[in-house]
Amino acid sequence: MTDQTALFEFLLRLGDNTLVLGHRVSEWCGHAPVLEEDIALANIALDLIGQTQMWLGLAGEVEGAGRSADDLAMLRDVWDFRNLLLVEQPNGDFGQTLMRQCLFDAFHVELLTDLTHAPDDRIAAIAAKALKEVTYHLDRSSETVIGLGDGTEESHRRMQTALDLLWPYVGEMFTADTVDDAMHTAGIGPDLTALRSRFDTRIDAILAEATLTKPDSIYAQSGGKTGFRHSEHLGHMLTQMQWLQRAYPGATW
Amino acid sequence: MKHEWPLWEVFIRGQHGLNHRHVGSLHAPDAEMALKNARDVYTRRNEGVSIWVVEAAHITASSPSDKGPLYEPSESKVYRHPTFFDIPDEAGHM
Repeated sequence: MTDQTALFEFLLRLGDNTLVLGHRVSEWCGHAPVLEEDIALANIALDLIGQTQMWLGLAGEVEGAGRSADDLAMLRDVWDFRNLLLVEQPNGDFGQTLMRQCLFDAFHVELLTDLTHAPDDRIAAIAAKALKEVTYHLDRSSETVIGLGDGTEESHRRMQTALDLLWPYVGEMFTADTVDDAMHTAGIGPDLTALRSRFDTRIDAILAEATLTKPDSIYAQSGGKTGFRHSEHLGHMLTQMQWLQRAYPGATW
Repeated sequence: MKHEWPLWEVFIRGQHGLNHRHVGSLHAPDAEMALKNARDVYTRRNEGVSIWVVEAAHITASSPSDKGPLYEPSESKVYRHPTFFDIPDEAGHM
């Protein structure tokens, strides 16, 4: 794998994570349990879509085949997506959405922190801008996880169920493959082992305060960031997200 | 058991040097979340540099029905306005 190919794949991963999670979170628009949460979730979704434009825009540039961020987002099919399995999981209830968000945010903050030191100025600049937004996302999601985990009997039960359900998708974030190795060697990508220990420190503190029990299993689902095997949920999501460009190719407004 | 979150009043300072101004209210479970909700609801178009939130229950307001005794007596007291002084030209605009 050439460095250029690895860089393209790496940027797709970054952009597809924010795209898929951004779309998932936007599904709450108009449905959140209270108005304030509705607006907050829409803001977070928009932050993530904004980051997608930057990551996929850069990916298109690096690829050099003339594909724009829109082309990459709207005209690829499931097997070409490189997002983590975690972010394509359905919203479930509000607690499950916030648990997914918190697990991803804790990873995202650490990842972006490392990327702000990337030797490629374009990557460092996008990471620096995104990090400010994502720091707030983590602040909000962790506080909500703590509030609901350490809340009523019902909210605690729902948060523990969400954690048990989503935990098998955590491992994929830190499982290095050839793309990760190439990017780390190039001085761009993070050391995923070190990232994991910073993630664990954060998550352990949040879960302890939330009175939630971290599952004992290290079993990790895989196949999202390599595109090898996405869960069935991504295809359904893409039919929603992409239908307009598929039905009316090239439509603009 | 009460299921509604308490109501919070939100005050935002638009720029350094200006006062915080009341911009509206929202619901939140506690002060920290009220601040975050205020950030999301009221500053998404770059409206502020500082936010105050206060639980609405902690605001004591004057009653509209007391308008007469509270405010009308001052209507007829023009001598309370410092408009009877001649300002020397040298002092300029005040």
